[in-house]
Amino acid sequence: MSPKRVKETSVVDLSEMSYEAAADELEAIVARLEAGNISLDETVRLFERGQQLAAHCHQLLDGAELKVKTLMASGDDGGDDDQT
Amino acid sequence: MFTLPLPLGPETWSVSDLNRYVRQALETDIRLQDVRVQGEISGFKAYPSGHWYFTLKDGSAQISCVMWRQRTARMRFTPGEGESVELSGKVTLYEQRGQYQFDVAVLEPLGQGALFADFARLKAKLDAEGLFDPARKRALPATIRRIAIITSPAGAALQDMLTVLRRRNPMAEVCIAPTPVQGPEAVPGLVAALKHFGRLPAGEQPDVIVIARGGGALEDLAAFNDEKVARAIDALRALPAPIVSGVGHETDFTIADFVADVRAPTPSAAAELCSPVTLGDHRQAIDDLAQRVADVVLTRLDRLQATLTTARLALRSFSPAARLAGSRAALRQAEARLQTALRHQLALKQGDLLRWREALIAYNPQAVLDRGYAIVRHADGRIVTSAATVQTREVLTIRVRDGEFEAERRGSPAGAA
Repeated sequence: MSPKRVKETSVVDLSEMSYEAAADELEAIVARLEAGNISLDETVRLFERGQQLAAHCHQLLDGAELKVKTLMASGDDGGDDDQT
Repeated sequence: MFTLPLPLGPETWSVSDLNRYVRQALETDIRLQDVRVQGEISGFKAYPSGHWYFTLKDGSAQISCVMWRQRTARMRFTPGEGESVELSGKVTLYEQRGQYQFDVAVLEPLGQGALFADFARLKAKLDAEGLFDPARKRALPATIRRIAIITSPAGAALQDMLTVLRRRNPMAEVCIAPTPVQGPEAVPGLVAALKHFGRLPAGEQPDVIVIARGGGALEDLAAFNDEKVARAIDALRALPAPIVSGVGHETDFTIADFVADVRAPTPSAAAELCSPVTLGDHRQAIDDLAQRVADVVLTRLDRLQATLTTARLALRSFSPAARLAGSRAALRQAEARLQTALRHQLALKQGDLLRWREALIAYNPQAVLDRGYAIVRHADGRIVTSAATVQTREVLTIRVRDGEFEAERRGSPAGAA
């Protein structure tokens, strides 16, 4: 992820983010911070955003519930013929 | 091996020797050491010791059978009276009682042998066609969110899998394709379920497809050894999602297991494979990332703090305050010296002043007048310092100690009076 991407996705509302998107952005922030060469302002901004993302991820993880759906019994395929 | 301690002549043998001879004769016949025989069970008795005794018979003959504890312990079922079975084992003589008997190694329901033969044949055929080729097998993806499970909706296998998934990968979505997993409806059901996933549009496809059922005897697992099912599994290789088989117990290997991309030893193990990154792993990963963010920022702040402190210290040595203090000290010194000088000068001037005062007092005309002298002035105010300057009859002003008066000159300046 290029550093520029980090700034663009911060426009997305945090609470709408999927776990993957939030975790990806968090990883990008870590990479950006560890690469260095950023102003103090940017460092603080990334820090705050990073903590928010981590909290959001934990929230999603804590609230995760396995979704289970059952298809209708295999007769719903309608019109298939068993190839022999 | 075969010992011949016995005389071959018309001598009379003991019973022990005779029975031993017959036993050895039987045991040296290779043909009789690994025999398969089929028949009906009769007079079955299982002893508390674990040994089984029964008679195996067909229409015209019978043979006594014994199955020792080590073998019966491995049996998944106990045969019933009158049941048709296939036995593997050896023929022997129980010397002490002169009992001709069959020592059973393996006991299987009738037809088991045929099932095994069919299994072996199909396996060889599909293997030759390349359905089991390891190079064609796909690995599980790193992220698994959509899981399709083809299984019996009522079986314990499904519940076990859901329990594992709830614990390890609760962020996943599970789609169950219900089907019978044994009996006549099993093969059509499995094939239909497999085809269903093959027809889904790309956006709806699962990340992995699991085909599972719990443990059972070979005939229970028959559907998973069916050629149609095997080919339906193979056809799904067109999809990106790998197929995981979790059929029976760890020791059960079905054709489906060989065709599938990944074989799990049990349905629960299949569910674990579908949770490559567990909830705990995710939590750990997020915490690690958050920690690294904090670490970078704290290190940065520490460094800035150190830089600031160093700068502050450096600044202090150049500060105007230091300079000012130095200057102030110099100033004070200068002030002090100035004061001293001034006082000195003042003292000198005061001395002068006193002298001048005294001189002034001494030269005070009033003192002169007091002494009896007079100041004589011309009419125009000039002081008369020479008699020659006073004209005859000039009016002069004479000032004495206590006042002034006028006087006229007698005589003339030329001649001294």
